[in-house]
Amino acid sequence: MTMIETHGLCKAFGDHLVLDSIDLDVARATIFALLGPNGAGKTTTVQILSTLLRADGGEARVAGHDLAREPGAVRAAIGVTGQFSAVDTLLTGEENLLLMADLHHLDRREGRRRATELLERFELVEAASKTPATYSGGMRRRLDLAMTLVGDPRLIFLDEPTTGLDPRSRHMMWQLIRDLVAGGVTILLTTQYLEEADQLADRIAVLDRGKLVAQGTPDELKRRIPGGHISLRFADAQGLAAAAHALGQGARDDNELTLQVPTDSSVRSLRAVLDRLDDESIAVNGVSIHTPDLDDVFFALTEHPTTQKGSVR
Amino acid sequence: MSTVSSALRDSATMLRRDIRHSLRNLSVTLSGLLVPIIVLLLFFYVFGGAIGAGLGGVAPSFAYIDYLAPGIIIFTVGSGCATTALNLCMDLSEGIITRFRTMAIFRASVLTGQVLGSLIRTLISVGLIIGVALLMGFRPTATPIAWIEALGLIALFTLAITWMGVVFGLVGKTPAGANSLSLIFQLLAFTSSALVSPDSMPATVRWFAEYQPFTPVIDTLRGLLLGTPISGNSVVLAVAWCIGLILVGYFWARAVYNRDPVK
Repeated sequence: MTMIETHGLCKAFGDHLVLDSIDLDVARATIFALLGPNGAGKTTTVQILSTLLRADGGEARVAGHDLAREPGAVRAAIGVTGQFSAVDTLLTGEENLLLMADLHHLDRREGRRRATELLERFELVEAASKTPATYSGGMRRRLDLAMTLVGDPRLIFLDEPTTGLDPRSRHMMWQLIRDLVAGGVTILLTTQYLEEADQLADRIAVLDRGKLVAQGTPDELKRRIPGGHISLRFADAQGLAAAAHALGQGARDDNELTLQVPTDSSVRSLRAVLDRLDDESIAVNGVSIHTPDLDDVFFALTEHPTTQKGSVR
Repeated sequence: MSTVSSALRDSATMLRRDIRHSLRNLSVTLSGLLVPIIVLLLFFYVFGGAIGAGLGGVAPSFAYIDYLAPGIIIFTVGSGCATTALNLCMDLSEGIITRFRTMAIFRASVLTGQVLGSLIRTLISVGLIIGVALLMGFRPTATPIAWIEALGLIALFTLAITWMGVVFGLVGKTPAGANSLSLIFQLLAFTSSALVSPDSMPATVRWFAEYQPFTPVIDTLRGLLLGTPISGNSVVLAVAWCIGLILVGYFWARAVYNRDPVK
């Protein structure tokens, strides 16, 4: 079953086109990642699909309901954890969860039970009676997600859930997300990190300047990226020349005495290159492996780097 | 659950949230309660001698405190507007409001909860002012029924001012903007019959003073509390202003809140 289906979704702020005809198809109980740099239109997409903004054109069905005609039914089925923390800063962690329970019309006892369970699951028991002002970034993000879960949403939007988190908090968040999907929840997440999309997503859509430039499984996308290479460093120009001749490929830098050989970053291909050089008795001073990152994805798919930071969210 | 009962339930939840906020922001809440008391003390003990003497011709049998107290009660309601506008404006800048917008709750409950909270805060403040005024020699002669009518009028006017405060909080965009818009009501209080009789004002100012919302409300309240005659005109004007401001405030606020939050 499809949880999100959009056709030709458009949005403009003034005469600036932020989303240009977006088609998405997100299956139930899967993680779908929208990948792109700042200003690509990720947050705008989430805002439209979560009923915060109205689209200027196109159609969308979310959790089986028409987005434009039945926003109330859509809201009842979704949960949103935004890029900017959506917690009440004057209430304690526990009060925040109980507020959500009240707004979902749970009775008092059920609300308390849910709050206690979520505090334990998100490792917030000790912080329960403190206000979020005293929380770390990771704790705030966990409270934020816990609040989203009080209403048992079938579809959750996570807008850059790990941006700004330390590695430990990031891995904890990833595990929480995987557990949710195992329980049948569908997740649409936005991210700037290829690694995150790669780790979590069943499908990835790459968004650039409001356009979808690619869509597929992580493996399908990575196969399209030629960014992975081995960088070989040599002691002198003769070594470099001999290696370039022996391998018959690669980008050569005569000043740095390096040779970049494209590979799929597998151990086997690395060994093949080194064996080839060994056969020719060419000494290598240093080796480094470069795996594809978001910059490579972008360069490959759009022929421009991600360095331009858009001002539009 | 029916629409009405879930609207009530969500508003009650938001009211509890607002009360918690008031208790956590104790310094703001307390200063909101104290300022009207200070104004009352200031006008009675500092300016009162001079103003009261000047008032003699208008109301010979009155002690100035009897004239002043109903005016300061309504001034208190007016100054509650700034607190409402500021609270709402700061609240709207919080991420939690975005969360509320994506939830299947009664949409206006964010606003109605704040309005109910402000109503309670203002009524507590009014209670304090009445207490202090009584200590200062205020001697209302109202019958129990007149007291109920007076409290009803105060509550109605508070509701009107609070909904306008919500509008100011929404359209003011920044706390400073919201605050300066609310100054309108402080200004209206000063140019009404709150402190002195409009009869002592120049013709143009007097005309303005007589028809702006504060004067008819204050005159009606004064009549109810002191048992003096109230002109039918004042009652009609007072109630019309209150209901008009409530309707304008509610629909304006709802329209602004429901607009797409373009950032």
